[in-house]
Amino acid sequence: MEIGLAHYLTVAAILFTLGLMGIFLNRKNVIVILMSVELMLLAVNINLVSFSTHLGDLTGQIFTMFVLTVAAAEAAIGLAILVVYYRNRASIAVDDINAMKG
Amino acid sequence: MTELPNFQPATPEIFLAAASMVLMMVGVFVKPKQAYRTVNTLAILSLLAAAVLVIMVGGSTEAGPQLAMFDLFIMDDFAVFVKILILIGSVAALIMSQGYVQREGMARFEFPILIVFATLGMLMMASANDLMALYIGVELQSLSLYVVASFQRDSLRSTESGLKYFVLGALSSGLLLYGASLVYGFSGATQFDLIVQSIASSEETPLGLIVGIVFIIAALAFKVSAAPFHMWTPDVYEGAPTPVTAFFSVAPKVAAMALLLRVMLDPFGELIIEWRQVIVLVSILSMLLGAFAAIAQTNIKRLMAYSSIGHIGYALMGLAAGGEIGLKGVLVYLAIYVVMNIGVFACILTMKVQDRMVEGIEDLAGLNSHAPITALVLLVLMFSMAGIPPTIGFFGKYYVFAAALDAELYALAIIGAVTSVVSAFYYLRIIKVMYFDEPKEAFDKRQPAGLRGVMVTSGFLSVALAPFLSVIVTPAGIAAASILAP
Repeated sequence: MEIGLAHYLTVAAILFTLGLMGIFLNRKNVIVILMSVELMLLAVNINLVSFSTHLGDLTGQIFTMFVLTVAAAEAAIGLAILVVYYRNRASIAVDDINAMKG
Repeated sequence: MTELPNFQPATPEIFLAAASMVLMMVGVFVKPKQAYRTVNTLAILSLLAAAVLVIMVGGSTEAGPQLAMFDLFIMDDFAVFVKILILIGSVAALIMSQGYVQREGMARFEFPILIVFATLGMLMMASANDLMALYIGVELQSLSLYVVASFQRDSLRSTESGLKYFVLGALSSGLLLYGASLVYGFSGATQFDLIVQSIASSEETPLGLIVGIVFIIAALAFKVSAAPFHMWTPDVYEGAPTPVTAFFSVAPKVAAMALLLRVMLDPFGELIIEWRQVIVLVSILSMLLGAFAAIAQTNIKRLMAYSSIGHIGYALMGLAAGGEIGLKGVLVYLAIYVVMNIGVFACILTMKVQDRMVEGIEDLAGLNSHAPITALVLLVLMFSMAGIPPTIGFFGKYYVFAAALDAELYALAIIGAVTSVVSAFYYLRIIKVMYFDEPKEAFDKRQPAGLRGVMVTSGFLSVALAPFLSVIVTPAGIAAASILAP
């Protein structure tokens, strides 16, 4: 069986959904949320690279470079905010993030 | 050898990027005690200089939009209008923050620099002409905003609001990117005019493209905090330090809304029939939520969060109408929203009892008896928020309703009228509390001059601008025409 664009897109869609569900269903730890966000961004990268190869157009791969860079910055900022939060709350369980209702 | 790209249209952005780096150096080398004040003043001056540059560069857009950086960046009348609004919002936020930041132990020079970075991201958003430029602008803005939200790092509420904002913001970036990747895959381009060509040349729109557009709408609805993607808004507004909330409620809203307008009407303008129903639904939900959820609030910052959700609903009404009238309506609405919101937050920043900030609506009781000027300003602003004529808020609503009626979206306009009556209830309740309730503890008399200045100016403009509304409407019309021109 030939592995074509549709297969790559399916894998990316599954990974993206897993990341999305990881954010919403996870009740344990905020670090898991950060991992889920990374998973979503990497799913997008698979999408972009496979489209780029399929179309024979480099733009998608350049886009991927940008996404990778920004994802690194985003993870750094997320962890930094998590550290200040932990200092105040002494917990990073998702259920404990409840100082304000909502 | 290839030619150097044309940088001239991006002069304001390049200037701000350079200025923020200089400011970081200034912050390090000036005496620690003066660092915050010096950097804050310089940041305000650089933002003002950027506004002058925007006008100078924008003055030459009569010959049509100017493209820069391999067409990733566009400078047209729409971008000029939005950028001026964003810069006004940022400058006002920096002026208002001075007193609060020093009192609450947040007087670190990084604060104004982060605001400048966020503003730079917003200017990029207003000028994005490519999905990549759009993404970089959004991220530069969001990453700075996550940090300012949790800037009061010893406060549980501030850090929690930063954390919530971060998680949901990262989620929305993921949605945005997934949508962008689908649009790229099914249209073969990331640049807006190439997407237009690709849509125009294909006989039927691929389903993947529509899915991509819906993802992008959802992501940008997160950024403008439209229902049903609003869940972060009340918590972030309540938890973040008040000047940061003031900033959040103005500049990023305008920038994200501008981005939504440009993306929907420029590359996807042909597909309005496909996306209109989504925008109509989001608009209706936002208006309903803004009207009903705000009634039960006791914290004024939370109330303002729901109020801003409602206002975004009205602005989206203009986008749903589409066309030049709709776009002009949204721009007028946004400009008026900026003026009103800055004023309300300036009033909230004066709510201080014995050097402690208070945020309850009942703390405003009897404000008229000990601070008549603040009470009067807040009265005018609340009338304006509720959209009661002679104030400018009425005219903002007038333009979007006219656009909706023009596009024959009668149901949308009727729901909008009903929710605006409902929301008048909680605006008028604040007035009742201020004027007719038993006075409580008086607020501290001494307020920073900058804060008072912003407050009184905004209150004054909310009435005085009404007869001269053409100062906003005429440029908004030109801006709307520039984006719809082929």
